Amino acid sequence: MIEEIAARFPYWATAALIVIGLYGMIAKRSLVKKLIGMNIMQSAIILFFIAGSLREGASVPILFEAGRGASAEDFVNPLPHVLMLTAIVVGVAITGVALAFLVRLREEFGTLDEESLLEQVRR
Amino acid sequence: MDMGQLPILIPLPLFVMALVVPLAALARPGAAFPLALAAAAASATASALALAAVLDGGPMSYALGGWAPPLGIEYVVDHVAAYVSVVVTSVSLLVIVGTRRWAVREAGDRLGPFYGLVLLLLAGLLGMVVTGDLFNLFVFLEISSLAAYALVFMGGRAGMVAGFRYLVLGTIGGALYLLGVGFVYFATGTLNMADVARILEVDSSGRAVQAGAVLIFTGLGIKMALVPLHLWLPDAYTHAPSSVSTLIAPVMTKVGAYAMLRMFLSVFPDGYLRDAVPVADALLVLGLAGIVLGSVAAMAQTDLRRMLAYSSIANLAMIAVGLGIGTPLALVAALLHVMNHAVMKAALFSAVASVRLATGSSSVGGLAGLGRRMPLTMAAFTLGAVSMVGIPPAAGFFSKWYMAQAGLQDGQWLVAVVVLGSSLMTAVYLFRVLERAYFDPPNGHPPDGHLGRAPLVAGAAPDAPDVGAAGESPADVVLPALALGAATIVLGVLNVAIVTNVLEPGV
Repeated sequence: MIEEIAARFPYWATAALIVIGLYGMIAKRSLVKKLIGMNIMQSAIILFFIAGSLREGASVPILFEAGRGASAEDFVNPLPHVLMLTAIVVGVAITGVALAFLVRLREEFGTLDEESLLEQVRR
Repeated sequence: MDMGQLPILIPLPLFVMALVVPLAALARPGAAFPLALAAAAASATASALALAAVLDGGPMSYALGGWAPPLGIEYVVDHVAAYVSVVVTSVSLLVIVGTRRWAVREAGDRLGPFYGLVLLLLAGLLGMVVTGDLFNLFVFLEISSLAAYALVFMGGRAGMVAGFRYLVLGTIGGALYLLGVGFVYFATGTLNMADVARILEVDSSGRAVQAGAVLIFTGLGIKMALVPLHLWLPDAYTHAPSSVSTLIAPVMTKVGAYAMLRMFLSVFPDGYLRDAVPVADALLVLGLAGIVLGSVAAMAQTDLRRMLAYSSIANLAMIAVGLGIGTPLALVAALLHVMNHAVMKAALFSAVASVRLATGSSSVGGLAGLGRRMPLTMAAFTLGAVSMVGIPPAAGFFSKWYMAQAGLQDGQWLVAVVVLGSSLMTAVYLFRVLERAYFDPPNGHPPDGHLGRAPLVAGAAPDAPDVGAAGESPADVVLPALALGAATIVLGVLNVAIVTNVLEPGV
């Protein structure tokens, strides 16, 4: 069991982070904590992609000198990194919009507690 | 013009103008609406030309930035994509015209950013429709969702809370989709949909692909409000500004459903989602449950917008049922319902927006006597309602008819029963509205000669029923609603032509 976890450590870490993030988004009453949970979940997925690109003994995908390391086997897969740059940008945009929402909610309701927000809306 | 450029020309005007409109509005606030309308019209024209070109010469492919697929991002416009983009752009065009007064009222001095967001939303949706790349689909999904969160957030105090909850749930959906794409990518080594399909055709035995499929469909299920992942939808549609709910209710979730259909048609091999992973069965069961739950919840509502929101859940579930059955006839029915529901829901929401504009109320009780006072608006509502219930020759009848037939052919008699039952329940909640509007005496004061539009002019409380003072809404509000209502009949009459020429070659 422990060997299994150690052999696939990044995947277990990803799963654990996703669960922690989902827990924060669902169970926490504070909207700020929901947002933090959301960020944890997004980070977990970024970790998952980066972990998937790794290869034992490979180097960064830059051609240092002609002739050496020209085989694809010598490099980590660069595509997931590029995808994750985009995903990070998307994540930052969502976080930015969400923070702007929180500022407006706080101004309007004076609280960021979900229960009390819903109660104020119902009234 | 080079027809090969059409795939990129569908989303491009919207993306460019989404940036231009807020800037132009800084100089001239009045420029926002015409520029947004021009962008939507340009995109609608490109979609129509693309549909004509596809019908003529088959599917089109476009290599974005000149990078050849499968390494580069590929845009693919086939029968289905062209059809959905024509539906989305033409419905949005009419809705943008019809909701201008609401936009002016609700966005106030921020019309520039408002129309910028509307265009960004549409750009994301059309990007999802034309892209042939799994990761690109994620980016467009999040672009359209982000714009939708911000637009819902504009809907006053209740809209703010609904907007934030929509953001949290929608982001979970996007994240799960991305994780699923990661599984598929690491199993196949490619993100291009056609390439993934080619590789999975040879070997699709890995468990990573199964996990990926489940995650992708869970993520898209949240975005298309599939029961039990629908909880964000009723609040978002009810509390969003009228100018926003009229736009997102017809088109937004429909594109999520289209993305699911894309997975069936272009990504996973034939039968994979039925045999290797029980995605199709899950869609069938959840779809049937969604039809019943959505219809029952709609019957219990007293607010028109909330009622229509629950009815949206039921109708999206109907599309999911079509995907779940998975036969060509069922996919045709699902696609036909994408169009029919977009048009009739747009007609209904436009009519409700018109009623709210004139009376300030959207409660079912406030409709008494409106059939006489707002005959054109209620005519649009009636056409939409007749189509929703499924009375021939309205469009809604035919998609339900094909769906029931597809269910019977596949031995799923329960589908036919539920589809028929949903028509009865739809009749209960919509004809109740019509009865109130046409047969109940008005409960306000009779019109006193000058049919004043009191709430609009005097700024009365937005939800105070004031039917007595209501006359018909202005022509630019009523005509788009009427056009959408009339379209349900026209599309119903034309359904055979649409099915044989566009949909059957597509599936």
